[in-house]
Amino acid sequence: MNNSSNNEERKECLIISWKDLKQGALIRDLKRIRENKTGSWRSLKPIWNKEKCINCYRCWMFCPDAAIIIENDKVVGINYDYCKGCGICANECPKKVQAIIMEREVK
Amino acid sequence: MILAKTGNEAIAYAMKQINPDVVAAYPITPSTEIVQIFSSYVADGVVDTEFVAVESEHSAMSACIAAAASGARAMTATSSQGLALMHEMLFIASGLRLPIVLCVVNRSLSSPLNIHCDHTDSLASRDSGWIQIFCEDAQEAYDTTICAVKIAEKAFLPVMVTIDGFIISHCMQKIEVLSDEEVKAFIGEYKPNYNLLEVDNPITLGPACLPDSFFEHKRAQAEGMNQALTHIEEVFQEYKEKFNRELTILEGYKTEDAELAIICMGSTAGTAKIAVNNLRNQGYKVGLFKLRVFRPIVAKYLQKALKNIKILGILERMEGLSAFGGPLFNEIRSVLYDEPKRPITISYVYGLGGREITPEEIEEVFLELLSLKNKGEKDIEKFKYINVR
Repeated sequence: MNNSSNNEERKECLIISWKDLKQGALIRDLKRIRENKTGSWRSLKPIWNKEKCINCYRCWMFCPDAAIIIENDKVVGINYDYCKGCGICANECPKKVQAIIMEREVK
Repeated sequence: MILAKTGNEAIAYAMKQINPDVVAAYPITPSTEIVQIFSSYVADGVVDTEFVAVESEHSAMSACIAAAASGARAMTATSSQGLALMHEMLFIASGLRLPIVLCVVNRSLSSPLNIHCDHTDSLASRDSGWIQIFCEDAQEAYDTTICAVKIAEKAFLPVMVTIDGFIISHCMQKIEVLSDEEVKAFIGEYKPNYNLLEVDNPITLGPACLPDSFFEHKRAQAEGMNQALTHIEEVFQEYKEKFNRELTILEGYKTEDAELAIICMGSTAGTAKIAVNNLRNQGYKVGLFKLRVFRPIVAKYLQKALKNIKILGILERMEGLSAFGGPLFNEIRSVLYDEPKRPITISYVYGLGGREITPEEIEEVFLELLSLKNKGEKDIEKFKYINVR
């Protein structure tokens, strides 16, 4: 998706009148959910250490926002657009490994 | 076909003929029989319904919401505390515009604990966005339950059909029923607005709507209720044309030349008709209005019907605890406010917790209204009770 069309869709979403709404407050266009970058809610930020990571996927399994990025069966990083900074990944990362630590978010 | 049925049996029989896809329910007096009888229809294989025996009324309504959102025709029944426990989910059902039909057998709310009839339970749900239709007897309950399915599915709003606990729910009456085929043809197929189980067209239901959009959704929902009366009128008209049975929205009984009238909902209308007849025989010009549709507020019907009445007694089977009368009194009074010709309105709270009301007591109300005829409005005490010690 390119950014300019995203912004237009978002603008349209904000000015829509009640007369144009679908009954029941449902969303048919699921693309719009991607625009809601929940990463902005974060006050703590997970920092992933590639050297320490053993690719056990515990962080990936437990992340409620599907924000752990896996490529070719390996953890490659964290999607900060959607990570809300809940810290579950850091908590689930095995104590002996500690490949993810939480730091204060700087904005 | 004519059958002898209690109010509960009549509703269960209507549900059998409706044959909903899902019924999720939890038993509570005095509505228990409805789901008990219906579950035996399920066990006997007379209906195709998926019956979900849930662990609470909150879950019953939750399951109905999920079923309706998945394209199923869903129904349930409850009373009193059960409806109170559903309260949170009532708003979700209407907000999602799901045409669920809920049969409410009216019972008081605790405390103190009481299992008998008053209208506190459904009137306390009045702002939940549900259509509410009150029934006088078993026949009306049967007919209205069938119509409710169609009204709900036209308006995309959930509907409550109510009967008075024990007085109607457990009282056997003669009712005329339609054939299964007639009911099936009348209600037709449910064509949902959306379906959660359509995996090729995924949707998000019940999303968070923040200050930039929540307001618009509520405004749109309000429009649904604004349009609801048209759907009720259409369905009742079609029912009359097909089966020659008239379902009213606001029934007037001997009101054409009446100066004094009372208005009430539910089974008391039957009692009041006897009182009206007795007084008419003595030459008094009195009449009765039976309000059937409480939500939406049928303002135009009320304004038109009440304009020539001098004094109106509003019989309310609920103590509103507002220090200014209950919901029925306040809403009827508010509806009349802008009218150039309107009656003086007086609130009569009666029948709480199943306290009997007799024709004689209603005659006394009429005679009291008569004695007030020459008094100024300001001198009249507005808030009265019938038969309280």
